[in-house]
Amino acid sequence: MSPRTDAATGEDFGWEGEATGLARPVDASQLDTRHGDILYLDDITVSFDGFRALNKLTLDIAVGELRCIIGPNGAGKTTMMDVITGKTRPDAGTAFFGQTIDLTRLNEPTIAQIGIGRKFQKPTVFEAMTVAENLEIALKTDKSVWASLRARLSGQQRDRIDELLGLIRLGEQRQREAGLLSHGQKQWLEIGMLLAQEPKLLLLDEPVAGMTDAETEKTAELLLTLKGKHSLMVVEHDMAFVGAIAEKVTVLAEGSVLAEGSLAQVQADERVIEVYLGR
Amino acid sequence: MHQPYSQRLIGALGPAQARLLGGLALASLVALPIMHLLPESHALHVSAYTLTLAGKILCYAIVALAMDLVWGYTGLLSLGHGLFFALGGYGMGMYLMRQIGRDGNYQSDLPDFMVFLDWKTLPWYWQGTDSFVWSMLLVVLVPGLLALGFGWLAFRSRIKGVYFSIMTQALTFAAMLLFFRNETGFGGNNGFTDFKRILGFPVAAPATRAVLFLLTVLLLVLALYGGWKLTRSKFGRILTAVRDAESRLMFCGYNPLGYKLFIWVLSAVICGVAGALYVPQVGIINPSEMSPGNSIEIAIWVAVGGRGTLIGPLLGAGLINLAKSWFTVAFPEYWLFFLGFLFIAVTLFLPRGVMGLLTRKGAST
Ligand SMILES: Nc1ncnc2c1ncn2[C@@H]1O[C@H](COP(=O)(O)OP(=O)(O)OP(=O)(O)O)[C@@H](O)[C@H]1O
Ligand SMILES: [Mg+2]
Repeated sequence: MSPRTDAATGEDFGWEGEATGLARPVDASQLDTRHGDILYLDDITVSFDGFRALNKLTLDIAVGELRCIIGPNGAGKTTMMDVITGKTRPDAGTAFFGQTIDLTRLNEPTIAQIGIGRKFQKPTVFEAMTVAENLEIALKTDKSVWASLRARLSGQQRDRIDELLGLIRLGEQRQREAGLLSHGQKQWLEIGMLLAQEPKLLLLDEPVAGMTDAETEKTAELLLTLKGKHSLMVVEHDMAFVGAIAEKVTVLAEGSVLAEGSLAQVQADERVIEVYLGR
Repeated sequence: MHQPYSQRLIGALGPAQARLLGGLALASLVALPIMHLLPESHALHVSAYTLTLAGKILCYAIVALAMDLVWGYTGLLSLGHGLFFALGGYGMGMYLMRQIGRDGNYQSDLPDFMVFLDWKTLPWYWQGTDSFVWSMLLVVLVPGLLALGFGWLAFRSRIKGVYFSIMTQALTFAAMLLFFRNETGFGGNNGFTDFKRILGFPVAAPATRAVLFLLTVLLLVLALYGGWKLTRSKFGRILTAVRDAESRLMFCGYNPLGYKLFIWVLSAVICGVAGALYVPQVGIINPSEMSPGNSIEIAIWVAVGGRGTLIGPLLGAGLINLAKSWFTVAFPEYWLFFLGFLFIAVTLFLPRGVMGLLTRKGAST
């Protein structure tokens, strides 16, 4: 078990365990989703000093699905994303991307390169760079040192950045420092950075936290347009937002799945009512 | 925001004035060694003392720039950069010791300190140091490979922040203790001195001094230009991303290891070359260059000048060392107090250092 970084913020602690995971390149075009699932978590357990943040969690996401995950604070939602993205190694269990790629054996950059993008709970963008530069860094391209030393933006990449700026409604802000954006705009920029990576699976941890109602509505629209082209896993506490985008909702509590179904179904579930009201 | 401070300064000054100032600075640096060549009676003659002091400060300025690449831009605070500088200096020092030939006190082929230790042959690691080319390879390779090994271990284990700083400090301290020992074969606490020649030219002759000084100016210009290109490239932006949000960067698909290693090794090599130019100008190298305090001082130059700017570290190294050479004559016992006070004052009131002050002044007028 090696929790390398603070789960909620993505900030790094000073001293961390040795980096594990194989750095060998994995060919993303080999992603095998014949059985219809893009992500399959099986019996995942993660303990922090004896406390089980995830307890035999089993969950799968279908190709093109938009899944919402809800659950009380501390249910293990962020920890689950940490496991999927290689930030935390589970004590037990497997996490498969498609049929063949075992995510528990890969490191964070490799997992990002094979097509899993992640938005942190606390919006994290490169504050010292402009909005356009943030997107440039995220673009799907060769990310080795040598490539970055010689990199020049191609016309195609410029067009892609313009397109993304339109999508996340930050066209006017392109030359602004990202650190000067509002909270909601940072959330969007981070979503734009995910899209720039062209991931197959997007993990969004509380994407509308701190957004105004109007911004939340626009975000719901945006996510609905992504559905089908990408698979999405969205963690949210905002039930109105979940209601607007969800077809299937999974309720997590104390590290495992408590209920699954439509929002109306899970909201009517006795056990779900209990974990939400019991606190 | 860090990156465009130099740009902002240029903006505040106006590009024409900035070019004028830069040109003037460069012209005076080129004029200095030429004025040293004038006869001593000449009104414009520059003394060897002044030229040496200026050359020494230029070497420090190069080190400050190299330090800023890893600290200011990449967020890795090294408190051991003095070690890379000293190792480059020792590489050059070995060659200079061999150039003494039989002109030492003991008229032996071996350097004096080895005769004194009653050694009969050169240790294996001194082999080939009579060759200038090989010695220059050592100047680059020894700091470079040490930085590569140390950096690989530290970055692979994701050691960062204050732990990284403490490890670098421990590294230079351990090296200093090693070099203090006579048996290590580098002259113990006396180090190397009493150099006679470099490439056959007398090391203290005005022309030799002038050439060494000009080479130092050249290295400074190259380092500045290279740093400017690097920090404005995508590579440079990724360095600031490592500094500001390393996890975000990893989840964008970048492995920070290679980026950190590249800039860390490059920085160490620049320090090594600066050290190699320092030794023949100053005429001595000893293990005190590896003392923890020396490396901390390098960090203070950068903090005072302005982290994450290219010009700032040069100003910081220049101003502090000018102050130091004055203090150590006027009030030697107060220098460290002053330095400590300066560091605290800058940290509290000038987080962007002198560059922050200049750009603020510039922007308000
Ligand atoms: N690095 C860590 N060390 C120790 N405990 C941790 C660590 N990361 C998470 N935890 C604990 O694991 C539990 C699950 O945390 P997690 O952040 O996954 O919850 P969450 O469902 O995302 O909650 P929230 O809705 O508040 O974001 C919490 O009790 C948390 O305190
Ligand atoms: Mg969370």
